[in-house]
Amino acid sequence: MAVLLIAEHNNKELRPFTLNAATAASQIDNDVHAILIGNNSAEAAKQLSELPVIKKVLSVEAPHYENFTAENFAPVVVKLAENYSHIICSANTFGKNLMPRIAAHLDTSQVSDIIKVISSDTFVRPIYAGNAFATVKSNDAKKCVTIRPTSFDPCESSGGSAPIEKIDAAEEFSNTKFVKREEIKSDRPELGTARIVVSGGRGMQSGDNFKLITEIADKLGAAIGASRAAVDAGYISNDHQVGQTGKVVVPDLYIAVGISGAIQHLAGMKESKVIVAINKDGEAPIFSVADYGLEADLFEALPQFMEELNKLNTIQK
Amino acid sequence: MKILVAVKRVIDYNVQIRVKEDGTGVVTDNVKMSTNPPDDNAIEEAVKIKEAGKATEVVAITVGEEKAQETVRKALAVGADRGIHVKVDGILEPLAVSKILQKVVEKEKPDLVFMGKQAIDDDCNQTGQMLSALLNWPQATFASKIDVKDNKLEVTREIDEGLETIEINVPAIVTCDLRLNEPRYASLPNIMKAKKKPIEEIAASDLGVDTSSRVEQIKVEEPPKRKAGIKVANVAELVQKLKNEAKVI
Repeated sequence: MAVLLIAEHNNKELRPFTLNAATAASQIDNDVHAILIGNNSAEAAKQLSELPVIKKVLSVEAPHYENFTAENFAPVVVKLAENYSHIICSANTFGKNLMPRIAAHLDTSQVSDIIKVISSDTFVRPIYAGNAFATVKSNDAKKCVTIRPTSFDPCESSGGSAPIEKIDAAEEFSNTKFVKREEIKSDRPELGTARIVVSGGRGMQSGDNFKLITEIADKLGAAIGASRAAVDAGYISNDHQVGQTGKVVVPDLYIAVGISGAIQHLAGMKESKVIVAINKDGEAPIFSVADYGLEADLFEALPQFMEELNKLNTIQK
Repeated sequence: MKILVAVKRVIDYNVQIRVKEDGTGVVTDNVKMSTNPPDDNAIEEAVKIKEAGKATEVVAITVGEEKAQETVRKALAVGADRGIHVKVDGILEPLAVSKILQKVVEKEKPDLVFMGKQAIDDDCNQTGQMLSALLNWPQATFASKIDVKDNKLEVTREIDEGLETIEINVPAIVTCDLRLNEPRYASLPNIMKAKKKPIEEIAASDLGVDTSSRVEQIKVEEPPKRKAGIKVANVAELVQKLKNEAKVI
């Protein structure tokens, strides 16, 4: 039986992690079908059909799919489930919200947030904020699996031409109404996929001081992250939070500024390739995961950092 | 309006997790246990709604072994009216827990069920959504703000792109984010008073639900360790290392 990937998109185009989830799906079985549930979302469905790993696209459009409400999405997937061995989705807020609703309808015990596919029924997933890795085997006939996007490379995005089959919409769930979405628009790279992330913590002391980080991020073409403490204190919005209950990032370079390094924060960034910590407390736990630690007052170090960057002839983008 | 709040006993968030040498799990003997942090937010929110005169009763429930009752007792000490302890042996998967909660919801008929968005032990993030599916109720996950309006809730959800607001009709499930509120501490008099509040004990086996394990844990191991890094003397050295040694900028 084929596996079914649930595509994440914004009705116009695929969201980047769909490509990572497609890779994970293709590691479970070669025969990957993908469903795109949306409204006026034909263009996104076409993009999906161009992923070479996808063999068939199912597309369903209706006004009540405009805002990705799990209560509306779940019945569509549940209806198709009998044809599939696995249902796959990213373990981001889209998939975390949706997949358990599907799994419960199918009486399946979901496997969340896998970082590795061992076989079609056995997976590795982090538990305890990544302080332990569990290898688990699902004995359910049908498996619902969410994947940690940053643990799988994105698949090729062009060259495929899977057939697109239109399917019927399910009934609208009337007890949940979308009101509004406040998306923070930015020209910077997305936090989840950025090559470099510069993050600030409680040590930043104010939202204003984040401009020291912004400046460096702009120079490096980096995304901006934050610890939960910085978000809780109102220095920066929640979409920047890195950690156990925020986003997991695996950039080539992660620069942690004024972040002490609570285990909940480390859970979101300690797989980064190179980690830099700038903190005035030499005993801060962040130094235990840092490749390069600088014990310094960030208010002196960040302007100097900017100066040094300005001296460089070239900066990789 | 009646609010049922589910709480879970987990290893305290400050404890450094140690993996057992035989690979069967993590060390829990003589380790500090606490209420799952966002479950504290769920209790706090329910109590605040009651204090605002918009709820009549707050019932705290846990599904767990003998000692899990401590989490219900703590909920009673910060304002829940009564408790329910569904006793189980060993660890249940979220699907089994949601089936147990479904049975209790059918009996208790709450208007709202609150719980944390994720337990910090298994990091599954499933139970609330599964319970909503089983009951066919609306779900507001990852809530950072809740406005109670008659028979509706307006909930602000934290999503990857920012914030989303939805309106749900009761009965409904809400899973709570850590930013929803600031959980209060129990005062000593309230801890004493909580000892007199009733906790109903139910054996999970009496509820007639299938709680069998579907996901087998093959092994638990330590994640790969990062190799020790170095301290640099100044910013110039740091930038030079990033440019010429790590080659990342």
